[in-house]
Amino acid sequence: MASTASAGRLREPTAVRWLLRLVAVGYVVLLVVWPVSLVVRYTFADGLTALHSAFTDPLVTHALQLTAMVSLLAVAVNLVFGVGISLLLVRTQFPGKRVLSALVDLPMSVSPVVVGLALLLVYNPRTGLFGRGLDAHGIQVVFATPGMVMATAFVALPLVVREVVPVLEEIGDDQEQAARSLGANAVQTFRRITLPGIKWAVVYGVVLSLARSLGEFGAVKVVSGNVMGQTQTATLVVEQKYQNFDQSTAYAAAFLLALASVVCIVVVSVLRPSESRES
Amino acid sequence: MSIEINGIRKTFPSTGSGQPAFVALDDVSLSIPSGQLTALLGPSGGGKSTLLRIIAGLETADEGTVLIEGNEATHLPPQKRNVGFVFQHYAAFKHMSVARNVAFGLEIRRRGAQRPPWTPGGRAARERIDGRVEELLELVHLSQFAHRLPSQLSGGQRQRMALARALAVEPSVLLLDEPFGALDAKVRKELREWLRRLHDEVSVTTVFVTHDQEEALEVADEIVVINEGRVEQVGTPDELYDAPTSDFVMGFLGPVTSLDGRLVRPHDIDIDLSGAVPGSVAGEVVRQLRVGFEVRLTVRPAAPGDDVTVVLTRAHARELGLEPGSRVWLTTNPAVRALEGVAAG
Repeated sequence: MASTASAGRLREPTAVRWLLRLVAVGYVVLLVVWPVSLVVRYTFADGLTALHSAFTDPLVTHALQLTAMVSLLAVAVNLVFGVGISLLLVRTQFPGKRVLSALVDLPMSVSPVVVGLALLLVYNPRTGLFGRGLDAHGIQVVFATPGMVMATAFVALPLVVREVVPVLEEIGDDQEQAARSLGANAVQTFRRITLPGIKWAVVYGVVLSLARSLGEFGAVKVVSGNVMGQTQTATLVVEQKYQNFDQSTAYAAAFLLALASVVCIVVVSVLRPSESRES
Repeated sequence: MSIEINGIRKTFPSTGSGQPAFVALDDVSLSIPSGQLTALLGPSGGGKSTLLRIIAGLETADEGTVLIEGNEATHLPPQKRNVGFVFQHYAAFKHMSVARNVAFGLEIRRRGAQRPPWTPGGRAARERIDGRVEELLELVHLSQFAHRLPSQLSGGQRQRMALARALAVEPSVLLLDEPFGALDAKVRKELREWLRRLHDEVSVTTVFVTHDQEEALEVADEIVVINEGRVEQVGTPDELYDAPTSDFVMGFLGPVTSLDGRLVRPHDIDIDLSGAVPGSVAGEVVRQLRVGFEVRLTVRPAAPGDDVTVVLTRAHARELGLEPGSRVWLTTNPAVRALEGVAAG
């Protein structure tokens, strides 16, 4: 407790401390809390009628279902590849490793619209590099669910990797080597030693990428073609309803998306302390 | 011979541009006898840990072969070599209880252990494993901690758990990599004696790596001195201490000082006040330091040369009435072997 005492002595004067808090809180309120709370207020302006009309609108329910399916598939893909890439980055040495590590971060910096256009170039059924061949075999990627899953997975890819990599580095490979010397093969070692060690990082990464996937807009808009009742996801429905002056439905759908994200964040913050208690 | 190592070579690639590749082991050949406790002794970075990891299969050699109990093991993965490995930092499975840690190897190796406990085969296997785990925990005095997590144990207890875990699979050789390196001095001494007793009890062929010459001299039946990727000397602790074949071995196994161009142990030098002994070296005491029961003298020879360190008991020093400025004559006991031809400085 000596450290807290000395840290206390090093703190700024009270006035500065309060000013810093005020600025931080004010910033978050203006940018996040106030706008989001307005969405909630408009959604419930007429009681539950907006939500009710949204849930009876087949366009909206279809979009919500599609968003749920695309997000879950993208998260499943990211779970497998994210953990795989993390293991590759931390546990193995190969030429071009730093390039791979940088590429994993790319989706964080590239605009999702660019991602959508890039996928379109490759998988477009008329002119795309792979698109023509796949189309000849009756497989449609773009303007269909596979393309939307790909776009969403691309955008959310770094979230699992960036959660898992530091934990893998921290636990080191001593335990894995001990397991190997005790007779465990690679699969047994992963299942019984590595996975329990990175469990919370994986859960955290999955929840984050689920939240990100639910909210994806730009890449999906380009890739899906935004066909009403077919390839229109929840975020696209919000935009369309809003532009068609069906604002109450737009707010209702936006509220549902925000609610899902808040649930994700609550789940994460509940998980966080249990993670630190473990270690 | 339990472990035969032949012509092992290992080079680590350079870590950055301009840095040369690091030669960890340079044509090492070695026979490690069965049932004994062998120490690989040497300074840090000398290649001893790399050699141990190559025996375990955790590292692959660039060249050379490894035979364990007569079986060719050079290209076997670690899980097929039947070796137990104990790590410096314990490598405890953090999410498992002490008992589950010890049971790990048994569960992996025994058939039927993966089956659910309510099936007949599953229950029998479970009971066999539980019985064996109990025995092992008894052996390392951890029975009352069976249900604790490794994080609730002290360092010494964790290392004993790691040892039980390695012994559980009845390995043909037990390999310990600086097993007491992360422990404080007192626990290290206790555990050292305990390891010796344990080895006399279970007498599995054991190889341990250490950079502490006292630890090696105290515990090992045989010591292999390794320096800069080469084997310097192999022998019993007495052989190495009494008849080192190189300056390096002599210097590494205990304190040395140079007297009249020869490398000797400071406590093997006799002090004479009369100057009557032929061949003695005249000098003057320049510093006197008492550490516990011994007195360390620094003597400056009359003829130009390096200062000589002499160690004698406190009683002996008092009897001679030594103090800084005293004139003394130094001789070595002719029965004491020393390395000839060491250039002064």
